[in-house]
Amino acid sequence: MHTLIRDCRPVRWLAFVLFAALVSGCASSNTTLSPDPGDPFESTNRQIHAFNKGLDTFALRPASQVYGTLIPEPVRNGISNFADNLGLPATIINNTLQGDFGSAASNTGRFLVNTTFGLAGVFDPSTALGVPEESTDFGETLHVWGAGEGVFLELPFLGASTTRDAAGRAVDILIDPLGYVLEVPEVNYSRGSRFASGLNSRFRFTVTIDGILYESADSYAQSRIIYLQNRRFELGTSSPSVSLDEEGDLYDDFFLE
Amino acid sequence: MMISSWNRPSRRMVLAGAATFSLLTAAPAVALNVRQAEQLVDSLVADINRVIASGKSESAMIRDFEGIFAQYGDVPAIARSALGPTARNISSAELRSYTSAFQGYISRKYGKRFREFIGGRIEVNGASDTGRFFTVSTTAFLRGTNPFEVTFLVTDRNGQDRFIDMLIEGVSMLGTERVEVRALLDRNRGDVAGLINDLQRSG
Repeated sequence: MHTLIRDCRPVRWLAFVLFAALVSGCASSNTTLSPDPGDPFESTNRQIHAFNKGLDTFALRPASQVYGTLIPEPVRNGISNFADNLGLPATIINNTLQGDFGSAASNTGRFLVNTTFGLAGVFDPSTALGVPEESTDFGETLHVWGAGEGVFLELPFLGASTTRDAAGRAVDILIDPLGYVLEVPEVNYSRGSRFASGLNSRFRFTVTIDGILYESADSYAQSRIIYLQNRRFELGTSSPSVSLDEEGDLYDDFFLE
Repeated sequence: MMISSWNRPSRRMVLAGAATFSLLTAAPAVALNVRQAEQLVDSLVADINRVIASGKSESAMIRDFEGIFAQYGDVPAIARSALGPTARNISSAELRSYTSAFQGYISRKYGKRFREFIGGRIEVNGASDTGRFFTVSTTAFLRGTNPFEVTFLVTDRNGQDRFIDMLIEGVSMLGTERVEVRALLDRNRGDVAGLINDLQRSG
């Protein structure tokens, strides 16, 4: 889901406008199920979640079904590869800012090989050659620099995030060299491919994402725990038994008393 | 879907290697348990791979998965942990009925996703002692997706070696099911009979 959300970058600017509109003007909150003390913006987050879910129901999901059904898989994968390749310059900047020069070097090699031999990134010979993408973002850079996670946020259009990762997204737009280099019409190819890549992810993970959004009793709480646990895992800040520690030891309760 | 961290395994591999080394040198008795934990997951993964490769119908795969879940997982402990403190306040008959509904629900929910696994496989990387539990690390190789990490937490606290949690790229089954079961319980205003009824119909 993280990848899916990251792939939808072209709509980011709109997200900020809409975020402001929602926060300032939205109707009063409906009561939440079990308010989580670790989620101070829960009431607003839930309203935004309801908005995002509606957007998925009426636009993103149907569009992804049409896209996934009409366009053959190899073509879709080529477009997603193209979009991923365009994200690499910003990734390399973040690798460097984190002092991860090994990843910066391998991503640079990837970018050069895929842009040339991979025909502008449509093909991904680098992964086949054993050089997979070392993906990162400015949220991770902030983490490496010592910033804490902050609190959970659900962003319009973009979905689950945290205050740290939302700030990281904003900075990622500013530091993307392609944002300064590309002009019309190239910039439209870039935005279009990233949007299509998002549709492709939504299509490929239809069963999983539908399960979270439409088959769970509380899709907001599910999105929140999945995002936070996965993000902590990516950043290396989680321990495998963290879910067992939340309320003491499940065996102490039932077997050892 | 959440694969990016797989791309930098070196640090974790070094840590895992260090942990294994210290186990081997420090405590042979513990090392044996680590091996047992790994064997449990080896055998679990072999059974799962067999189901994936069988090409059976969805309902047959779900039945197979329920058998695997009941055989290798400590289902009563997982179910009780998902329910939380309420588990202590209900009758043992109600708890049994809830546990059985929970087992069916989990099997349908995860068994359904086995279709995405067709043509894929899971490999066991190794096990380590992480304190109260053994952590067995595996990698799932699915078609058209970067490999991703699946971790099993194994314990013999209930007398037999069983897994009590499965984490996919850091996302805990126990954690997400705890959220789900308690949301269902809230929706039923704390009524466990209503929760059981909902579980029987979902997944």
